[in-house]
Amino acid sequence: MIHLTDIIKSYPLGKEKLVILKGISLTIEPGEFVAIMGPSGSGKSTLMNIIGLLDTPSGGSYLLEGKEVGNLNENDQAEIRSRRIGFVFQSFNLLPRMDALRQVMQPLLYQGWARPKAETKARESLHIVGLSERISHNPNELSGGQQQRVAIARAISTDPAIILADEPTGALDTQTGHEVMDILTNLSKQGKTIVMVTHEPRVATFAHRTINIQDGLIHSEEHK
Amino acid sequence: MNIWENIRNALGAIGSNKMRSGLTMLGIIIGVASVVLMVAIGQGTQKSVTSQLESLGTNLLTISPGKASQSNVRFSGGSTSTLPSDDVDAIKKYVTGLSGIEPESSSRQQLIYGSQNTSTSVVGTTTDYPSVRNVTVEYGSFFTEKNLTNADKVVVLGSDTASTLFIDDPSPLGKNIHIGNQIFTVIGILESKGSSGMSNRDEIAIIPLTTMQRRITGSDTLSSISVSVANEDDITYQQQVITAVLMNAHGITDADDQDFSVLSQADAVETLNEVTGTFTLLLGGIAAISLVVGGIGVMNIMLVSVTERTREIGIRKAIGAKKRDILLQFLVESTVLSVMGGVIGILISVLGSWIIKTYFSLDATVATYSVILAFAFSVGVGIFFGLLPAWQAAKLRPIEALRYE
Repeated sequence: MIHLTDIIKSYPLGKEKLVILKGISLTIEPGEFVAIMGPSGSGKSTLMNIIGLLDTPSGGSYLLEGKEVGNLNENDQAEIRSRRIGFVFQSFNLLPRMDALRQVMQPLLYQGWARPKAETKARESLHIVGLSERISHNPNELSGGQQQRVAIARAISTDPAIILADEPTGALDTQTGHEVMDILTNLSKQGKTIVMVTHEPRVATFAHRTINIQDGLIHSEEHK
Repeated sequence: MNIWENIRNALGAIGSNKMRSGLTMLGIIIGVASVVLMVAIGQGTQKSVTSQLESLGTNLLTISPGKASQSNVRFSGGSTSTLPSDDVDAIKKYVTGLSGIEPESSSRQQLIYGSQNTSTSVVGTTTDYPSVRNVTVEYGSFFTEKNLTNADKVVVLGSDTASTLFIDDPSPLGKNIHIGNQIFTVIGILESKGSSGMSNRDEIAIIPLTTMQRRITGSDTLSSISVSVANEDDITYQQQVITAVLMNAHGITDADDQDFSVLSQADAVETLNEVTGTFTLLLGGIAAISLVVGGIGVMNIMLVSVTERTREIGIRKAIGAKKRDILLQFLVESTVLSVMGGVIGILISVLGSWIIKTYFSLDATVATYSVILAFAFSVGVGIFFGLLPAWQAAKLRPIEALRYE
């Protein structure tokens, strides 16, 4: 599903180059639930952004479902993000002034779905995350856990193959964090590929495999 | 994402910041309203001037002393009059197909009755005046041929002049008034012709031409000759004939040396239309500048909005928005703003023109073309001035936009 070979990411920093990823090779199989761990500054978020096609690698090869996607143009990247990838962020990243139903409909509308169909599909997604009663609430009327569940519903509304979760429990307390992890675990059981960045070992235990990154390189891997 | 979804999103974004959206729209509202209203006022003026001129009669030719230059019509002669009374005889003798000929000698005089006095244009003329000038006598009668031959001191007053002089006398007929240092008897009062923007045709005192020339001006020159043509279609032909006759009478061979001008109402209307057209253009042009300034206001706010919503743009890109979607989102937003402003501006101008019509009696009808133009222009402003901010939003890299705090 995801096949990274020698991925390098560097940023120009004055005359120097700041190398964040120093050559990462990684294969993630369909249906896997992978946690990426590492201290801050290790490059785990950058890796996540590259996998999610939000950022392009400076070097190396990225095959997604057998297709080289590392050097696609922005529109092709957007197309793949739209159809194959769902994002869950630490800070939820919901759109302001928009109720839960419309939040979840947005990715479908960007795919060109008609409004009634998109609405039905969005309701289903909200039902999966257990938020059927809150569909007409704006983000500021929802708790952190509820907001994150809206974000998950939004991520799965387009039936993506991969869900990328960047510190999904980072802004939540233990209890609601646990609820969110349960939802992700269920999605994994339904066959979604999930890649999650976290720095909490307890959260990482939900994954099948944990990859530790340090200093831009894979340091260790452990299977459950 | 289809355009309707974009418009829905745009309306949502505009509605979420009503104060700012309102102020942004205000620029467009003022711009559109002033363009439409200014054009309406300009056209209203044009219409009223034209209709006044046409009410004087379209079969009328006016001969005035002084040279008419190539394209610019001269409305009043110089200080030396070059129109002798003999010209009337020449026209009567050589030109056929005229229904009336009315020479005039006018001068401004002080009119006094009792304690009232007024300064009025006193016109010496012939008995053809009512028919040529299309006026009727409301009370009393016009003077007769006999009055003309005898150079009688009789006067027919315009309705406004009569009401000014006889403010506390209900029956002016038969009363004596002073014109200059002569005493005249009031024998008639004209029906009101209504005031016009240029001159008040009800402020007039009409006396026999002979009386005017002998007792007031002491000269036999005329200030103008009005001729009514029997067949309206002949007006251009008659204009040429009269010009030729008078050139001959004045002993002029070269048209450039002409010391008189023969004008039809159509000529005057045309000239005035030129003037009011320029006037309308000027007003509209000044108003258009305010519309452009309004457009810059839209651009300014949209640029601020893009910066403010950088994170939102990042999120939208992460969940599948393409460059085109973001571009369209902001473009639609600025266009919706301008269109709403344009519509409100048009409504305000309709209201404004109604107020002008009702309270200032100027027929400032909102022209359809100016509405369409102003509306199209405001849409254009929205798109044009929205393009830069929208492009800035669209080209944001998703990862940078997402990191933006």
